[in-house]
Amino acid sequence: MSIAQESIITKPTRRRIKRTPYLLILPGIGWLFLFFIFPLSTLFATSLQKPAGLSPDDGFLPAFKVLNYSNALVEYYPQFFRGFLYSGIATVICLLLAYPIAYYMAFRARKYRNLMLVLIVAPFFASFLLRTNAWKTILSGDGIVVGFLNSFNLLPQDRILNTSLAVVAGLTYNFLPFMILPLYTSLEKIDPRLIEAAGDLYSPPSQRFWKVVWPLSIPGVISGTLLTFIPASGDYINAELLGSIKDKMIGNVIQSQFIDLRDYPTASALSFTFMAIILVMIYLYIRRAGTDDLV
Amino acid sequence: MFIIKLIREKTLQVFSVLIIVYLMLPLAVIILLSFNKPKGRQNTSWNEFSLDAWTNICRDQTICRAFSTSIQIGLLVTIISTIIGTMISFALIRHRYRGRGTTSSLVFLPLATPEVILGASLLALFLNIFIPLGFWTILLAQITFTISFVVVVVNARLAGMDPKLEQAAMDLYATPLQTFRYITFPIALPGILAAALLSFSLSFDDFIVTTFNSGRIVTFPIYIWGAAQRGIPPQVNVIASLMFLGSLLLVLVASLISKNRRATKV
Amino acid sequence: MASNRPKVEDLHLVNLTKSFDDFKAVDNLSLTIPAGSFFALLGPSGCGKTTTLRMVAGLDEPTSGQIKLGPDDITNLPPYKRWVNTVFQSYALFPHLTIYENVAFGLRRQKAENIDDQVKAMLELVELTTQAQKKPQQLSGGQQQRVAVARALINEPDVLLLDEPLGALDLKLRRQMQLELKRIQTEVGITFVHVTHDQEEAMTMADTIAVMNEGKIEQLGSPVQIYEHPKTVFVANFLGQTNLFEGTVAGIEGDELVVKVKDTTFYVPLATTDIRSGRIILGVRPEKVKIVDQGKTGLPKNQINGSIKLTAFVGVSTQYEVITNWGQEISAFEQNVDPTDLGRPGQAVTLAWEPRHSFVLNPDDDLSAGLDTSWDE
Repeated sequence: MSIAQESIITKPTRRRIKRTPYLLILPGIGWLFLFFIFPLSTLFATSLQKPAGLSPDDGFLPAFKVLNYSNALVEYYPQFFRGFLYSGIATVICLLLAYPIAYYMAFRARKYRNLMLVLIVAPFFASFLLRTNAWKTILSGDGIVVGFLNSFNLLPQDRILNTSLAVVAGLTYNFLPFMILPLYTSLEKIDPRLIEAAGDLYSPPSQRFWKVVWPLSIPGVISGTLLTFIPASGDYINAELLGSIKDKMIGNVIQSQFIDLRDYPTASALSFTFMAIILVMIYLYIRRAGTDDLV
Repeated sequence: MFIIKLIREKTLQVFSVLIIVYLMLPLAVIILLSFNKPKGRQNTSWNEFSLDAWTNICRDQTICRAFSTSIQIGLLVTIISTIIGTMISFALIRHRYRGRGTTSSLVFLPLATPEVILGASLLALFLNIFIPLGFWTILLAQITFTISFVVVVVNARLAGMDPKLEQAAMDLYATPLQTFRYITFPIALPGILAAALLSFSLSFDDFIVTTFNSGRIVTFPIYIWGAAQRGIPPQVNVIASLMFLGSLLLVLVASLISKNRRATKV
Repeated sequence: MASNRPKVEDLHLVNLTKSFDDFKAVDNLSLTIPAGSFFALLGPSGCGKTTTLRMVAGLDEPTSGQIKLGPDDITNLPPYKRWVNTVFQSYALFPHLTIYENVAFGLRRQKAENIDDQVKAMLELVELTTQAQKKPQQLSGGQQQRVAVARALINEPDVLLLDEPLGALDLKLRRQMQLELKRIQTEVGITFVHVTHDQEEAMTMADTIAVMNEGKIEQLGSPVQIYEHPKTVFVANFLGQTNLFEGTVAGIEGDELVVKVKDTTFYVPLATTDIRSGRIILGVRPEKVKIVDQGKTGLPKNQINGSIKLTAFVGVSTQYEVITNWGQEISAFEQNVDPTDLGRPGQAVTLAWEPRHSFVLNPDDDLSAGLDTSWDE
């Protein structure tokens, strides 16, 4: 989507109108500064604090303990890595699964398109936690799926739950709609006559796809992968419910540091590092793939 | 040659249906298990059919209390973030002003931020300025990220609306206020309502950001998380199924209404 | 309601300028549009005609200059305070309101009395009474257009602005609506200001035409005036077709100026121009040019020999392209009275026209000005 360029009056006829946009954004921007920007700086400040005493109940003092960062990274870099790995794999699988259905909806399914859209969005109306938990039932040891796969000896550990496979599967499931929707939006905008023209020019249909459809769908691919990868990498619910202790992701660590251990400086340092990595990734990704309206 | 094309088309069709089934699978499980009478505490495998959970939804008071807490928070969050978000959207789409690009970036930044970071930073804020965690901190936290979603949805609606309509209204003797009241607002309304619905869903179902900032308060998702290890009672499934079917119904009704009214070509 | 107001006034645009950074969309434009006339602003896309219209409507603010309705300076008034209404190019009908409510909108905002009667009367005028409860999307293009006109007219404005309102209609419907609008205007007596790039449309409907180019008025006059006596190459090329000759003044003979073009001599009445020496551009419209076999006598004074390059039978006329001996292409249109003797390519012919049918243009003008316009919209 792009933002329409026209305004009601190109130049205000009275001074009063000039103030309107600023008045309109004031509550929102004020709110975001107060509760989004400012907290990020407090997070940073917290990440540099030092313990006031020996137990977490003693609290923390403002300080400049940069060591928090190196300590945290040294201890938890596996979880960082694992977080990005799992969500990376999940993102790729999502792309592979989402593209065909997005293509189908955009170019083939005239009649059922809206119904399919509703069905794809429908899961969002049911609890995220329950949906993820439902996979425990579906993938349970005495369930059909595991039984079926086991008869072909496809499962290295004879089970799916409490393995990394389950976590990745969960992530894939939960974020699939985030990949389908932008892809669909992007594909739907393509003029079908372009594909017809491509049919004239390129003979194997695969060429038609790679030379025409794929390049035009890139904005959707970018949106989709970012909307999938970013939330997935910070997720800890899937790992907690479906994985084992060895599958903890960075999200789990941050959560436990904040909530259970109350080691706020470490937790903050991890959060900030995580965010920095994400921002760098986004920047590089967009630079390489080309900017476009993300939303 | 033609056969190959047919096979390709059929495969695509079947694949798409399978994906839909895949997405629906956990929903089916949730609804089915609401009719289950679990053997022990864990409601993860089928035991026997029972309407017990449906007829005794609030046997465990904590469930219903958590539910009502989530509803209350949801309503407040929806109202506030829809208003704030709609105002921003109007400013972005209908006005040209210095700093519009910055506003846009700032508003969309929360969408790109992982929930752990959002939750963590707000927790850091509340801790450092000694605000006690509870109902109000949940509220503040949820409003913070729902605003961006509202802006996205209302933007889409407004951007698709012909700006000439407002010019025509003013040409026809409507003051800016009247233009807003009789033209802009009614046409934007479906988008605003969609944003409100989205806001409510996001708020009700939110777990990560809420957990970080909830203190002792138990929302519905927090209850579920807590119960996940012990065993989630089927009443939870009942409530979730009702919420799900209710939302679905709302969306269907809304789309039927809009088909009848045939609002702006977007 | 509107009848309580004083009679319709002239519309004055005084030194109106609209700039966007360095670009002047409207450049120091001054114009008086007489009350009750059907006035056309004609020009190619980007010439500033729509911008001018929007400034009159109050939808754009001028960078400098004034807009006056009679004695009243309305330059700084917002659109909802001006007795001016607009028919938009895309109609801009309110999609969430019925046709009835669309038409009633202006009256409701003015808190007029007898809204129902007025709306019903207006719907009858545009023959849409049966569609009153429908929504705009359910109507055809032509019907939507009539709603747009009705919605504006019902307010009895002093000036009705029309921004290329017929552009989206097919040819037959367009012709029909041109006559409709003209009829309505004559009946109602309101000043109509019609913006268009279609010169046929402007000439059909308007009493007065202002031809605009690059933010300025090239020429102002009645359709006959500006067609027969274009003052600039742009106007000559933009309205209909023209044959243009670059030449030098050779002298005076009686009451005619003698002009040498290559090795031919042309004559043009002295009264047409002030130029007495030096370079000059001569023009003549193709329909004034007679085309006959070479060697004929008794022809008008201005003559060229050449050979036919192209013959196009258009039904009403036959259009010839003739190449002169110095390689210039001349157009000649012959009305089809007896189309038995059409010329053929290669045929040697003489083109001739009366001196009084020539017009003189500024020798410094660009000969291609006004030619890029697309006629097929």
